[in-house]
This record gives sequence, structure tokens and C-alpha cells, in this order.
Amino acid sequence: MSVTKTKTSLHKRHDDLAQANKQLDILSGGIFADGELPTFAKKIKETNQFPLRPKKLEILQINVGYMCNQVCEHCHVDAGPDRKEIMTWETMEQCLEVIKNTGAHTLDLTGGAPEMNPHFRRFVEEASKAGIKDFIVRSNLTIIRANKKYYDLPDFFKKHNVHVVSSMPHWTRGKTDKQRGEGVFDLSIKALQELNERGYGMPDSDLRLDLVYNPNGAYLPSDQTGMEKDFKKALMEDFGIQFHNLFAITNLPIARFLDYLIASENYEDYMYQLVEAYNPSAVANVMCTNTISISWDGWLYDCDFNQMLDLKVNSKVKHISDYNEDLLNDRDIIISQHCYGCTAGAGSSCQGTVA
Amino acid sequence: MANTYYDPADLRKFGKITEWSEELGTKFFDYYGKVFEEGALTAREKALIALAVAHTEQCPYCIDAYTKDTLQRGVTKEQMMEAIHVGAAIKSGATLVHGTMMMNKVNKLEM
Repeated sequence: MSVTKTKTSLHKRHDDLAQANKQLDILSGGIFADGELPTFAKKIKETNQFPLRPKKLEILQINVGYMCNQVCEHCHVDAGPDRKEIMTWETMEQCLEVIKNTGAHTLDLTGGAPEMNPHFRRFVEEASKAGIKDFIVRSNLTIIRANKKYYDLPDFFKKHNVHVVSSMPHWTRGKTDKQRGEGVFDLSIKALQELNERGYGMPDSDLRLDLVYNPNGAYLPSDQTGMEKDFKKALMEDFGIQFHNLFAITNLPIARFLDYLIASENYEDYMYQLVEAYNPSAVANVMCTNTISISWDGWLYDCDFNQMLDLKVNSKVKHISDYNEDLLNDRDIIISQHCYGCTAGAGSSCQGTVA
Repeated sequence: MANTYYDPADLRKFGKITEWSEELGTKFFDYYGKVFEEGALTAREKALIALAVAHTEQCPYCIDAYTKDTLQRGVTKEQMMEAIHVGAAIKSGATLVHGTMMMNKVNKLEM
């Protein structure tokens, strides 16, 4: 079975929302411009947390390209098969130099589907030699079954002790396929079973397999612990699948999810939900305080979301070619109203809740 | 007065009812919050009960709130509709079971 591609990216469609500045205009206008809702800056000023500043760098997140075999409706990257932005080996070499010397304990490869970068395996092989404690690859699962050349990915991940983090929006076919494309659920189940067969996700295994849940629409994720129990029970009963942790991630109003919110007339209500669920204690631990995000072309960002909004770090060091961790850590983090997505409820990050 | 009795935006103002009666409002919301905590029933089971009751009460605010709440808790459309049918069955059953009163009365009145 293959994944049915029903859509193209906003970029391919030359949609206005493919432009970062158009998205930022929306996020700063309307209910935030007329004062109906407080801006994120105003909100964090209430608790003396403005400007937001980094703490110790813990995670280097590298986006190796926006190409993906899926076109998920909620994708903040606007990834898809038609995206051609792919990290070159030259930029990867610059990243490897940084990885060798960084104080970060986690390396987090993301995309698109990172496996589709032609240099992906060479990069993983080289990066794994640096001795980083936690080496994450964000795999969409279906890529493992997308083409014969990817069938051995579970063995490759195991060989390099990669920590696999995979999206799985629901334990039912209907909800999963609606968000991620027809056929995604069955392929994901097959891929999870293959990972389990290699030892990934098993209770006492060091081969880490975590799943990422994000809501199927204009609502916030529920309690992460409760959802994890539900996922574990259902996936075990229905398919004999095991995994370690579930990360509940809030959809941020960026790119295709923003497009969906506007088209479905849910935008204002969703922003109200985010603002009403604002949790000041989540602010202290938002991922931009311990992460640097590197784009396919080597630019540096506070997080993957700011990368998609083209909000480069507010630092003299803006590119991997000039990388300097001390200088980078001495910066103000760039914020806008999308940041409410990371501070709602129990907070949200690429590693799940933060509060 | 607005042109319509119900405005979806009013749901966001629910918490403001405490402003005109702080003690009672606060007690209500404390009670309400406690009711929906995990207990002998899970929070999801409670949300589904709330969704069914929201429909039998035909409360638009409650339907809005608990549709979203059950979705957040990973409840499927099929489960949500089944819950509403439970409410509908009780509602119609409650109507029909009163038919026994009518039957009793008819039996008493008729020779």
C-alpha cells in the first residue's frame, strides 16, 4: 500500500501563506492588533519573563531539508515531495564540526523526512562518532516502507543507536489518515512492528522509540500521561506494538496549520484557546531556552517554528559558518504570538510537555 | 440585547459569573472542577457523560465545550455519537415510560 498524495505544499501552490512575512502579519494583526487578546510579549511581561533568554544549551536540532513523502494537513514546515530545500554535504560538514565541540547533550535531526536527504546516512554515521548522549531522528515511519531503499532503516537506526521519535496522531486508522494522508496508518503500524522486532520500544531496551501525538484539528492536546496510557493500551491490544514515551505536542499556528485554521474559520477561537490556556510556569522551560535550530541552509534559529517564520536568531552569530556557542547563548529570543502554542496548558516542545 | 439569544463568544465569559456573586460562583467552579477530576471514573468517561447530558439538556455552550473536550481526550466520532444515542435513548425512554401512567389512568377511567 502506498500513501495517497492528495495535496501539494503551500509553496508549490504559490499561496500567500508560504511567505513568512504574511504569516507574521496575521499573527500580529486582528485580535492582537486591536488589543482583544494580549500579545505574547505583553503576557510574559506580566510575570517578568521578558525578554526571553536562553539557559544552558542542551539540544541541537538540525533540519536537514523540507522534502517529505507525506503532505500532512497540520505541517508547520509545509513539507512535501515538492519541496527541494535539502541540506548539502558542505553544510553538514559545518554541522559536524559544531557537533564535535558543542556542550549540548542531544542531537535532534528533523525535516521533512530527514531520511530523504541523500547524505542522511553518511551524516548519521559521522555524527554518531561525536559521542552525543542522545541522538534523535524524527522519522515519520511511513518512509521506512515508502521504497525498498529505505527498508533497512530500522537496522541502520539500531546500528547507530539512534533514538527514534515518530509521529502518530492517533491509535485509529481514521483519525491518523485524515491528518497525515490515506494509507499512513497501515504503513506506520508496519514500521512500528519492524522497529519493535529490532528491539526498539521494548520495556527494558536501550533502543528508544517515542511517539509524538498532536491533535487532529483546532483543539489542544489533552494530558500527556493519560494519552500515553490510551495509546499503549490500544496499540498493544490491536497490533502488539510497544513504545517508550508519548510526547503530546500542540499544533502551532504556522504554515499549513495556520492555513487550515483560517480556511475553517477556527483561527480566532484557536488563538483564544491558546491564550486562555497560557501557563506562566511553562515559559521558563520552553524549548527555545535550551535549543538551537539549524536550517537546511545553515541559518540559526531559536526553534524550528521560528525557522519556518524566518525569524533568525537575534545574535551576531546567525549562520553555522560563524557558530559560537557562548555568543549565541547571550541573546534575546525572538517571540511572536505563535509562541502561545508552547506555553498552553502543560506546555509543548519537541520533547513533549514542559510544565 | 443582542439579536440572538445565544452567542458562542459568551462561553468564554462563563467565568465572569463570579463577578456578580463571588462566593457562590467560586463555590460552583470549585465543585465543577472537582467533579471532572480523575476519580473512580476517568476524565474521559466523565467528558463523554457530559457530552451526552449536554445534548439531552440541549445546551449549545455545553455541546461546544464537550465536543472539543472529548476530541482533546482522543475520543472518536463513533464513540461520541454512541454517547449521544445513550442520552437520546434515555430521553425518549423517559417519555415513553410515562405511557404507563397514561395506561393506568385509562384503565382506571374506562369501564
